[in-house]
Amino acid sequence: MGSSGPSEDPLISSVAASAPARVRTDRAGGRASTALSVGVISTFLIIVVVLPLAALLWESKKSGAHGFWQIVSSPEAVAALKLTFGAAFIVVLINGVLGTITAWVLVRDDFRGKALVNAVIDLPFALPTIVAGLTLLALYGPRSPVGAHIAYTRGAIVLALCFVTLPFVVRTVQPVLLELDVEMEEAARSLGAGQLAVFRRIVLPNLLPGILSGVVLALARALGEIGSIVVISGNIPYHTEVASVFIFNQIESGYPDYAAAVAMVLLAAAFVLLLAVGALRFFATRHERA
Amino acid sequence: MPRRLGLRAVALGYLVVILLAPLGMVFYRTFESGLHPVWQTLSNHDTVHAFQVTLIAAAIAVPLNTVFGVLCGLAIVRRRFPGKGLLNAFIDLPLAVSPVVVGLCLYLLYGRTGWFGSWFLGHGIQILFALPAIVLATVFVSVPFVAREVIPTLRELGNEQEQAAATLGANRWQRFWLITLPSIRWAVIYGVVLTTARCLGEYGAVAVVSGNIVGKTETATTLVQDLTQNFQTAGAYAVSLVLATIAVVVLVAMTVIRPREGTL
Repeated sequence: MGSSGPSEDPLISSVAASAPARVRTDRAGGRASTALSVGVISTFLIIVVVLPLAALLWESKKSGAHGFWQIVSSPEAVAALKLTFGAAFIVVLINGVLGTITAWVLVRDDFRGKALVNAVIDLPFALPTIVAGLTLLALYGPRSPVGAHIAYTRGAIVLALCFVTLPFVVRTVQPVLLELDVEMEEAARSLGAGQLAVFRRIVLPNLLPGILSGVVLALARALGEIGSIVVISGNIPYHTEVASVFIFNQIESGYPDYAAAVAMVLLAAAFVLLLAVGALRFFATRHERA
Repeated sequence: MPRRLGLRAVALGYLVVILLAPLGMVFYRTFESGLHPVWQTLSNHDTVHAFQVTLIAAAIAVPLNTVFGVLCGLAIVRRRFPGKGLLNAFIDLPLAVSPVVVGLCLYLLYGRTGWFGSWFLGHGIQILFALPAIVLATVFVSVPFVAREVIPTLRELGNEQEQAAATLGANRWQRFWLITLPSIRWAVIYGVVLTTARCLGEYGAVAVVSGNIVGKTETATTLVQDLTQNFQTAGAYAVSLVLATIAVVVLVAMTVIRPREGTL
């Protein structure tokens, strides 16, 4: 943490003390410019983010608690929400394991083309999601050259979500693994610990906060995803219609109250997951703060 | 050694199955029937217009969010004010909220019965199903990227250099342009690259508020969905190819910039 006031550094404050008038006007100017910049930031956020969210809260409040419950517990909404949460959990499990392995390979292994592989990990962040859906459709759709036609099934939804959430776990585990001291593992091994024991008792506990934050971020992303899914899932109500597609369809057919109720569920989940990321960050940096 | 090779095979195999093979397939499918249909789609008036709409939205959203991101980063790292923790947690929200929910929010706010919608319509300004809504949606989803890159860099940087400059008589403006901004430039550029990628590729939020009127409010991404839905697969692949090429350029930029960001 850098010091925040202009006079906290002893050397500089001794220099500044020779010009007290200057410092005073600078401080007053500091307060004014803090107020100005915070004002600009909050006005921007209120117009762009807060007011639209408030409009959603307002709309879902209109139907009341009873109406809200009636919509959310309607069979089609329940099916969509179950599918969304179920698929998201499966996907983060897959990417939790495979993402950690990928990060390990990128840090500890060495092979030709590693830099290229490292760059490719970010592809899902750079590629528009709708294009991601279409690319998956090209390989795993009706004209699949490898005979793997899984489009318009729930498997396709899992596949699309695996694609878009791939970088999260890799990118949260990688920096932790880079900092992790190999000597700890060597010491354990010299004391007779087997590969499994070293992994389970030394590597995994160190990586866990990183893995979990990646998983939580991936979960948030998976719950709200639409672009990659809409092309490949077929969007069949009760079968392959996820929550975001349900919301989209309700808006198109003129039922904003239905859309708003299910959107509130997704929004609440996003809030909880953001809090979880904050808590994990707090936990992971406990040694630095102590 | 075999364990290491096994893990390598698992990781690389997964990347091939899920990332590289599908992407390669799109390139193959696009040029399957030659260059002519690709060119025909891309030179089509509606396609050109869709890309124009996407570019206009990005051209407004990227500078806005860049200025916001730098201001926000400076405020969070350098200043003390009540509600700072809240602001720090809050700027991540657009990343966690579903794009469709973002679209719905704007739909409710600027729709005919919305708080602002009736006022704007009364004054003859169309927000929803027009360019302004597309811009608002694009700005919303790409808010945090620059701030997220700038904040850790500013933390690491500290402010000794600026203090030194202040004692030598530099004013705030000079300190920002001559010291702070040059020190965080790679973080800002990296954030701008991420913001641009997100703006060009946004689908969910834009699909809800744009109305997808062909040749008017359609963007590149909603055009891909429309073409796919109407079984004009060749066209969809051609437009996707352009977007995928932009993504590859973004990826190269990210790879070149990231190491520099680490060294400030």
